Amino acid sequence: MAAHQSRPSSAGSPSAAGAPQYVITAENLTKRYGDVAAVDGISFSVPAGEAFGLLGPNGAGKSTTMKMIGGVSERTSGNLSIMGLDPDQNGPEVRAHLGVVPQQDNLDEELKVRDNLLVYGRYFGLPMSYLKPKADELLEFAQLTDKAKSKVDALSGGMKRRLTIARSLINEPRILLLDEPTTGLDPQARHILWDRLFRLKEQGVTLILTTHYMDEAEQLCDRLIVVDKGRIMAEGSPASLIREYSTREVLELRFGSERNATVGAELEGIGDRLETLPDRVLIYAHDGEAALEEVSARGLRPVTSLVRRSSLEDVFLRLTGRSLVD
Amino acid sequence: MSAITTGRGPGSSSVTEAARNRHFGSLYSRNVRAVVARGLMATKSSNWMVMLSGFFEPVLYLISMGVGLGAIVGSVQGPGGGEISYAAYIAPALLAVSAMNGAVYDSTWNVFFKMNFAKLYQGMLYTSLGPLDVAMGEIFLALLRGLMYATGFTAVMGLMGLITTPWAILMIPAAVLIAFGFASFGMGITSYMKTFQQMDWINFVMLPMFLFSATFYPLSVYPQYIQWLIQAMPLWHGVELLRQISVGVFTPATAVHIGYYLVMIALGVLLTTGRLRKLFLK
Amino acid sequence: MTKKVELAKKAELTESTQAAGATAAPALRAHSPEVSAAKARKWGAFYYAEQVLRVMKGYGWTIVMYGVGQPVAYLFAMGVGLATLVDTNSTAAFGGVSYLVFIAPALLISAAVMTAANEFTFPVMDGFKWRRVYYGPHASPLTPEQIALGQIIAVTVRLLLQSAIYFGVVALFGASPSPWGWASILVATLAGLSFGLPLMAYAASIKEDKGQFAMVMRFIVMPLFLFSGTFFPLDTLPLAVRWIGWTSPIWHGTELGRVLSYGYEEPPLLTIAHLVFLLALCVVGWILTKRQFVKRMGG
Repeated sequence: MAAHQSRPSSAGSPSAAGAPQYVITAENLTKRYGDVAAVDGISFSVPAGEAFGLLGPNGAGKSTTMKMIGGVSERTSGNLSIMGLDPDQNGPEVRAHLGVVPQQDNLDEELKVRDNLLVYGRYFGLPMSYLKPKADELLEFAQLTDKAKSKVDALSGGMKRRLTIARSLINEPRILLLDEPTTGLDPQARHILWDRLFRLKEQGVTLILTTHYMDEAEQLCDRLIVVDKGRIMAEGSPASLIREYSTREVLELRFGSERNATVGAELEGIGDRLETLPDRVLIYAHDGEAALEEVSARGLRPVTSLVRRSSLEDVFLRLTGRSLVD
Repeated sequence: MSAITTGRGPGSSSVTEAARNRHFGSLYSRNVRAVVARGLMATKSSNWMVMLSGFFEPVLYLISMGVGLGAIVGSVQGPGGGEISYAAYIAPALLAVSAMNGAVYDSTWNVFFKMNFAKLYQGMLYTSLGPLDVAMGEIFLALLRGLMYATGFTAVMGLMGLITTPWAILMIPAAVLIAFGFASFGMGITSYMKTFQQMDWINFVMLPMFLFSATFYPLSVYPQYIQWLIQAMPLWHGVELLRQISVGVFTPATAVHIGYYLVMIALGVLLTTGRLRKLFLK
Repeated sequence: MTKKVELAKKAELTESTQAAGATAAPALRAHSPEVSAAKARKWGAFYYAEQVLRVMKGYGWTIVMYGVGQPVAYLFAMGVGLATLVDTNSTAAFGGVSYLVFIAPALLISAAVMTAANEFTFPVMDGFKWRRVYYGPHASPLTPEQIALGQIIAVTVRLLLQSAIYFGVVALFGASPSPWGWASILVATLAGLSFGLPLMAYAASIKEDKGQFAMVMRFIVMPLFLFSGTFFPLDTLPLAVRWIGWTSPIWHGTELGRVLSYGYEEPPLLTIAHLVFLLALCVVGWILTKRQFVKRMGG
């Protein structure tokens, strides 16, 4: 948090004394497109330095919320305050505090890699004397130093993503908005990215990220809201959500597509709760192994069985009755 | 692998701090310069020949129609009543058409593409830039290009011996005026467009305007009511304005032509600023 | 394992058909791979042409509007408006016919060539690079030659349609006195292909988009349109630029069109030369295109 001390405090930044101050506050935030409510009255607050997640399936309203925070989409109703400012009234000021990584990379394909960073910095009115060394530093951070003079077109998907993230940091933002940051990346590229985001968090940058990946949410977020159909279904830390809405362990059983639907009655009473999905049956229990023994004791022979820890996927399933990734 | 130094030195920190705490309206951050700088940098790394080729189209028309057809047509009556060569007659009209085409292309197709396909403005508008910065920057770039083409074309006219008065140099700023009128309107109109098919409608308006605005022959060939219709169109005023300047003959109508464009620019800018949120913030 | 699933599925299918009774349609079943291959070998190009035409239908309204609007606008502006200047000064320059009759075939041919210039550039780039639409059918039994040919067939259909509309407007203007005028629809289509096919081969060879097509339009199509005896006889131009016309499909097509639409007099040998020139360009263009498609998709 040392980084913060060198800054003069301004509206909304954390102060040494008193209750936590929020960098983002949303009250009853709503966005309608005609009759459709993409975001339907959601409220949340994010204190400085937190990694805050919006978790939900595609079309839940996560990206729309991000756009409203970024001041590029006007809300229909409700209140929204970023660093004490209204993004609809003070778009440029609000965005001056933000770094944004949109869902789809929108790099400037007509410019070279390093020029992308320089030009983007100019949009914040930053001088070249600051931008040139900063761009080199960010290229290093994004492991793109040897691509500085390449065309954007020639980069791989993971490289483009890292460049977009590097670009979002050019103005040393206090709040970083990341919309599905690792969607479409291979596992290795995802881990590199997570590592970079951890470092930023260590430096006190507030991270707001949307994701439909459970593991990503669990890895990165201090606190998250589960969103579905434009509404908040639950709020809390990943661990507390799992505690509240799921059991410690889950037993996954596969009986084959015909049997899954009918086997439920025979499993009655094992564990705390039972979920039947088209491809498998989930038994929620504190002790998964014990539950599996009970299944065998009843003479049932699943094709496969697996005992695992509960995850946010289970929380989502519990809250909405649907699987997150379909 | 160095970590990002958010609060590295007092120097860098105060620079970004200052950038963060500037104050603007909701649509404008007084940073048109950055948009223009981006455009120039993009041009620098793009294909120069493509940029240059835009200049040749009116020149080719001038040579083909002016020289080729001119040999058959002979001379026609110019604005002052004096006889001028057919090439001298159509040259200012072609300059007006080229100013219109360039400005319309830059403010419609180009903006539409960068908005919906290259997603360029999305990135820009996540910074402290406002939509007005982007609109003004793009219009400025379009006019800069128009200025270069107009200068080149006027030079070609000089080389072909079609310039007989020093007044003709004023065709260059007048062409930029024409371009401004079309660009300010074009961008506003683009805000209503959703698909490529709709963008095609723009051409349906442009083609007849190009062909019928007294470009290749005098307005007097039309019946009176068609004349009125054409005189209501912007391109005709541009053609007449440049034609008058090219021979240095000015009449009260000159003021009307200029006035037409000043009003058009004012309305166009009004329309475009009113539609900025629709154009850029969806 | 998979075999079992397959069998189970089949059993299930027959079961459900039986259950549904005799009135129900038989279960959907694709024909065997052998049949697919045989059919594709025979008709593949047409299958792909169908796809391209369906895509064109998406902007069919624009095509028709242009098809009608362009000839009306040009014929009025040039053939009626500009004609007032031209005809009063000299009619002898146009072999005794009115300016309207003189330029009508030229406008018809030019429109076809410009359409071909568009249809054989951007969609080809789209096929290989932008959206890579050629690689979808390439994974089916179709061959690269068939994909190329399918594209050509589709564009030919468009050229025929557009030229027929154009000619209809020309006829309404009374600008095609000869009974053979309708044949200029075919000439326009041929001229379009003779310019478009070599261009298609070039488009298929482009690996990186550097704005080449904008250059082609401005440095090749535009000059050909303006210096091919379109608005005035080629002889009016100085000898130094007359070669542009001689190498131009627009000029050869236009001269043929003039022979057909108003009996323009020229040595019969020259008329044959026009036809041979256009056909030769088509053949060369097709060979190069085929080679390029095979190389790019098969290599």
